[in-house]
Amino acid sequence: MNAQASQHPPVDNLGSPLPEAVGHVSQGRFERVLRQGHFVVTSEIAPPDSADADQVYERAALFDGVCDAINATDGSGANCHMSSVAVCALLSHVGYSPILQISCRDKNRIAIQGDVLGAAAMGVCNVLALSGDDVSAGDHPEAKPVFDLDSISLLTTIRTMRDESRFLSGRKLDKAPKVFAGSTINPFVPPIENRVRQLQKKVAAGAEFIQTQYCFDLPVLRDMMRRSVDMGLTEKAFILAGVGTLASANTARWLRTNVPGVHIPDELIQRLEGAENQKAEGQKICVELMQQCKEIEGISGVHVMAYRQEKYVAEMVRQSGVLDGRQVWAPGY
Amino acid sequence: MYQLRRFATRHARAYEMVYNASSPIILATLTVFNKLFGSKLDAPVTWFEKQVKGALFDCKMCGNCVLSSTGMTCPMNCPKTIRNGPCGGVRANGNCEVKPEMKCVWVDAWSGSQKMKHAQEIELIQFAPNHQHKGSSAWIRLAKEGGTNRATKSVSKAEV
Ligand code: SF4
Repeated sequence: MNAQASQHPPVDNLGSPLPEAVGHVSQGRFERVLRQGHFVVTSEIAPPDSADADQVYERAALFDGVCDAINATDGSGANCHMSSVAVCALLSHVGYSPILQISCRDKNRIAIQGDVLGAAAMGVCNVLALSGDDVSAGDHPEAKPVFDLDSISLLTTIRTMRDESRFLSGRKLDKAPKVFAGSTINPFVPPIENRVRQLQKKVAAGAEFIQTQYCFDLPVLRDMMRRSVDMGLTEKAFILAGVGTLASANTARWLRTNVPGVHIPDELIQRLEGAENQKAEGQKICVELMQQCKEIEGISGVHVMAYRQEKYVAEMVRQSGVLDGRQVWAPGY
Repeated sequence: MYQLRRFATRHARAYEMVYNASSPIILATLTVFNKLFGSKLDAPVTWFEKQVKGALFDCKMCGNCVLSSTGMTCPMNCPKTIRNGPCGGVRANGNCEVKPEMKCVWVDAWSGSQKMKHAQEIELIQFAPNHQHKGSSAWIRLAKEGGTNRATKSVSKAEV
């Protein structure tokens, strides 16, 4: 190891893996905190365009003390970055509880199953199944899109490996990957009526937690959550509402036109426009959204997406008070 | 044949009736063919299936047909070939995130399925298709395997 490696945070015994617990599928802290009934906060790291591990740790450190788990995106927006498996391995190594995002865009079922095993071997306890953005959205539009599986087939695959200790082919695993399985939903895009059925399908396929797309339109979210509760879905899966901060009215407009699936109501854009300090107003909105989501029946936590505004996440979470003063694990704590 | 494909979605109920009525006949005929001629007629039958389903549904001959449980809308027209859609990127007008000029295949599939008698079949989990079957006839496979055309067979274990 060279001198650089010594800058990494010290390995902390309070991190993952935790001792096995009855009724828990993983040995990760994320599942533990959820099953203890706490309101959880997660956020996400944009993996660096770099081979430098310290950049990963620097980005993770921004969430110290406020995030129960950190998503590592998998080539989000179809742009190339450090792999999510590597980011999660680095984070697990020092005790963080990362969520491994797996997109179906870049890998077939052979590669994905290998990644799930490898990640679990390196201490990763949570996996999030995504279909993924199309290659045309990113910086390598000439790449061949794979899409061998879709998110629901991927969930089935993960659950087969974990619960039946075998590959899809039937070949036995010596040790099954004990990962907590999740996926995403977007309650705000057509066919809105059927989005709750899509959630039901994901839960049936084995999702134990769900992180939603940005929730800026709470009436729509409340309606979907009411139906989810009625259908008993929130007893089978923990739902985390996606919240975000908008840097300005222009950013909001850009997001909703250019990023697939982002729905931002006009009133919100007007509120930003009317504010003296749009950036501060965007953060205030985010804080309010967190507080309001916490009041919605069936919501177990929030997932804060603050691309390029990660440094404000900790302050916003503290201001919102959604952690109820709970001390969240951080390296060295 | 985008227009014909969308017509099928709008008239999913009628298509379902025709499909359910004709499927046993097609399968019975193919079963007889199979007994009489073995695999000799596979190529022309495959060609025929491709022409018919290609014209009506923009069928991509994935060889794992699920039309009757996806609102008579072929999911292989989804640019991400999602079999349990839609994805989270559907545009506010219901069009596809990847191909903005095309209605999202799964928005159509859900609306088609709601018109059908077996509306709830779209809720079944369809595991990703077997790639080895690509380009081959789903009809012949069903005739040879003696299966039904209902999708219930492919419900994954995770659903139980
Ligand atoms: S928007 Fe619809 S058709 Fe387009 S990729 Fe997503 S699911 Fe497929």
